[in-house]
Amino acid sequence: MADIALDSALTPPSRWTAALRRGGSRLWVGAALVGLLLLVALLAPLIAPHDPLEQDLMSAQLPPAWASGGEPAYVLGTDSLGRCVLSRLIYSARTAVAVALIAATLAAMIGITLGLIAGSFGGWVDQLTSRLIDVWMAFPPVLLSIVLAALIGAGLTSVIVAIVVVDWTRFARVVRAETMVQLKRDYAAAARVLGLGRADILRLEILPNLVPLVVTLLAVEMGIAILVEVILSFVGISVAGDTPTWGGMIAEGRQIVYQAPWIMALPIGCIIASVIGFNLLGDGLRLLLDPVQRR
Amino acid sequence: MTAVLTVHDLHVAIGRGGGATNVLRGAGLEVETGEVRGLVGESGAGKSMLGRAVLGLLPANAAITAGQITFKGRDLLAMREPERRGLLGRSIALIPQDPMTSLNPVKRVGAQIAGLLRHHLGLSNRDALERATELLAEVAIREPRRVLGLYPHEISGGMRQRVLIAMAFACDPALVIADEPTTALDVTVQRQVLQLVERLRQSHGAAVLFVTHDLGVVAKICRTMTVLHAGRVLEEGETADVLTRPRHPYTRALLAATPRADRPAEALRPVPPALIESLWAEAHRLDALSMARRA
Repeated sequence: MADIALDSALTPPSRWTAALRRGGSRLWVGAALVGLLLLVALLAPLIAPHDPLEQDLMSAQLPPAWASGGEPAYVLGTDSLGRCVLSRLIYSARTAVAVALIAATLAAMIGITLGLIAGSFGGWVDQLTSRLIDVWMAFPPVLLSIVLAALIGAGLTSVIVAIVVVDWTRFARVVRAETMVQLKRDYAAAARVLGLGRADILRLEILPNLVPLVVTLLAVEMGIAILVEVILSFVGISVAGDTPTWGGMIAEGRQIVYQAPWIMALPIGCIIASVIGFNLLGDGLRLLLDPVQRR
Repeated sequence: MTAVLTVHDLHVAIGRGGGATNVLRGAGLEVETGEVRGLVGESGAGKSMLGRAVLGLLPANAAITAGQITFKGRDLLAMREPERRGLLGRSIALIPQDPMTSLNPVKRVGAQIAGLLRHHLGLSNRDALERATELLAEVAIREPRRVLGLYPHEISGGMRQRVLIAMAFACDPALVIADEPTTALDVTVQRQVLQLVERLRQSHGAAVLFVTHDLGVVAKICRTMTVLHAGRVLEEGETADVLTRPRHPYTRALLAATPRADRPAEALRPVPPALIESLWAEAHRLDALSMARRA
């Protein structure tokens, strides 16, 4: 009996508990914000009180329900066409989330592949990739996105393509540098002595060491993708005109910002919360995933 | 007795053209089946380079300029890359110098050993883990099953070195190159590691090339030894003969510079600088000669 009691007292916290504790409050706040965003995007038709496109010209530019003149039916008020601001915010999250997830993942896949190749082959392959990245990064990204969107036409696909085409460099650069560092480590040499080929060493030995880095970048990139989508929809070259987007809402609210400031302030708040959420989540995940805790 | 490894007249240079520095100047040795050969020399003697040349792990700027390396009668230098990789880790294994950095920091010990067994012996994951448990028990690790689930940073340096030794002998190699495996460990652990290498060598029937600067270690476990200086072999033979009746003045000087329990500390004499000078002068004369011959 005594033995059993002693055993349980000495059992160290499980690996998962320890890892979750390591992530700290950043992980929790980030996960909560991002989780909320995903949930809202996923359940938009269920939780939105109104059709985001339904116009009610009789009750245009209503203030939020708690302000004087607000109506309980429109919790966050209405825009200049009398559409429900809350419902439009909720539906806009769908576009933001779709762009963030798809664009960031694709950019990561391309960037990681090229970064691994450049970092491991070195020589002219590395020179070529690195110079390409340098030249690429010299273009103002938003301008490049606008040109691309103009070239391939507006729409969700073109927004995603624009972000991927611009932002793969962010991953390629960091992954290339880190691959070079990791390949110099003794364990990489040890892997060669164990008879692994180049592809196996990259896949089995180097890539797992890049995970904390890539996850952080990926989360940050999702935040950036949201911002780019906002910018593109603000200037009107994102998804089709009647689909609600945060950027579109800001553009509309800008014209009547003195009469109805909430129409512009609310989507800005959503953007800030999402981007902060993704950044915090990235930070927290990096600490959680890194078993050696090199901070 | 047949030779497992024959290195003949090996020349290795670092750098290219006029700026090239020779690090091996016609070094040669033989390791016979099942024997332990010590390769001794001061730092910069080229002893690690010789081991690396056999493993095909020379630094990118170093090249073999002349000589042969034969493993079990097969020419290692003429061998194609995939064939050579098939030997590494399987028939020729390495016990690396620094146990702290030679294991992949983000992979569990079990995954690293099992990966090796799967790669070379084609074991299933379950069989590989089973075999890994046996191997860890063989290197006197208590609770091998628990250790398999740990990350390298969660176990001590001595334990990591034992894991690396277990990995080196895992596929019953014909030759194990031990590159100063005790240098990074404290003295009490050194002795255990030496005993372990000796025991595994016997049970797995491998020959060992033991690279070290420590004559005490050589005296303990090596049957034969080779003394290297400035990339040349100065003396070789049975350890007992070389240590009791050294023929070369350098070996004699090394022995006089090695602390021994049966001698007072005052009897220690550093290797005379004049001797080192003359050895290097000889090495550089040889370099000039070979340059002239090539020109």
